[in-house]
Amino acid sequence: MSTPSIQIEQAPSVQYLLRLGDTALILGQRLGEWCGHAPVLEEDIALSNIALDLIGQSRALLTLVGQLGGQGLHEDQLAFLRDERDYRNATIVELPNGDFAATVLRNAMMATWFRLMWERLRESSDSELAAIAGKALKEARYHQHHSADWVVRLGDGTDESARRMRAALDTLWRYSAELFESDAVDSAAAANGLGPRWGALREPWHAEMRELLDEAKLPVPADSAFRSTGKTGVHSEHMGYILSDMQYLQRAYPGGAW
Amino acid sequence: MMMNPAMRVTADEQRALRAWGVLHTVLDPEVPALSVCDLGIVRDVIPTDDGLEIVLTPTYSGCPATEVIEQSVIDAVNGAGLGPARVTLQRAPAWTTDWISDDGRRKLREYGIAPPSGDAAVAQERPIRLLPRQTIECPRCGSKNTERLSAFGSTACKSLYRCIACREPFEHFKPI
Repeated sequence: MSTPSIQIEQAPSVQYLLRLGDTALILGQRLGEWCGHAPVLEEDIALSNIALDLIGQSRALLTLVGQLGGQGLHEDQLAFLRDERDYRNATIVELPNGDFAATVLRNAMMATWFRLMWERLRESSDSELAAIAGKALKEARYHQHHSADWVVRLGDGTDESARRMRAALDTLWRYSAELFESDAVDSAAAANGLGPRWGALREPWHAEMRELLDEAKLPVPADSAFRSTGKTGVHSEHMGYILSDMQYLQRAYPGGAW
Repeated sequence: MMMNPAMRVTADEQRALRAWGVLHTVLDPEVPALSVCDLGIVRDVIPTDDGLEIVLTPTYSGCPATEVIEQSVIDAVNGAGLGPARVTLQRAPAWTTDWISDDGRRKLREYGIAPPSGDAAVAQERPIRLLPRQTIECPRCGSKNTERLSAFGSTACKSLYRCIACREPFEHFKPI
């Protein structure tokens, strides 16, 4: 590699923001893969639009990380020059897209989570984070509407579409547990008013997802003991591949811009 | 020569006022029917010691036009001899389509884009809901017999509709 990796700070506030910023960044990157491949033109446009919103939200968060971290890091350095263990996204967003059913289900799960998160972050003690949340919340509402519509349409659709939605639920649901695990990082954030413990979203998220799955005539999966750990830097085997895609250009042509 | 402080303020104010006039001619690259003022993204024009600070509020987090707009604003103000201009971004309060001027709404309709409807309409909707959706009036024939094709359109700020009456497709500026 011709570019040295960026080291990130271990301060809880930095970690807390990286978890949010990286979760938006990696989901945005995944959804970008649909560009030119979605089943219909309208969905191609929709998925790309959602990806753009997520990457825009991530840019704002990573810029804030660069300012708080005291190292003067630029959003691009943070997005493209970290090693895998220094990415703090939840594992669910790094999983391959799968089929369209899995894509819209993950979007519904994540948009619901982000909407609940942004609602709470509007009250952040950090005024910049509160401002980012105020804007992102409006965008997340559209993402949630759109993906929830699809979950119902496919779940309560044909035998084939329902079968695919069930398969998507089987694959994805267990990864939602990580989104509601609290640890020292978010305890610190909750203590100083930066943002909520992730665990605080568990009940409202489950209530909205239950309502959605009922509407879609899909079963609510049982909880399992499985826990993914992406937000602590320990990722699935898929993370390296997505980082190769994302980082190649900045590693090969440092500082390249167009 | 002694400068009269009162006159200094007046000169600054005039410079800011002229800048507002210039900003009314800077068009949104994605919706070139609207100026940045019509769009409601210019928060303030502040005279500084050596130029002008223009405060803008971005529309969508991921809007690719944001940087183009910043540069167009700087070029226009500098071009009018009022610079050097610099742009600062202000995120809070978040931009809302409620800030699009009445004039802007009229221009949107004339341009073939249905203007955003209702105040903060989105905030009131339940996150999980299906049909019926909001009724959007066709900007071409005025019919309310329209249907949504896609929640997302050619840019982040628009969705796609079709008029059942005149059969024409059109875009709707999403309320946000």
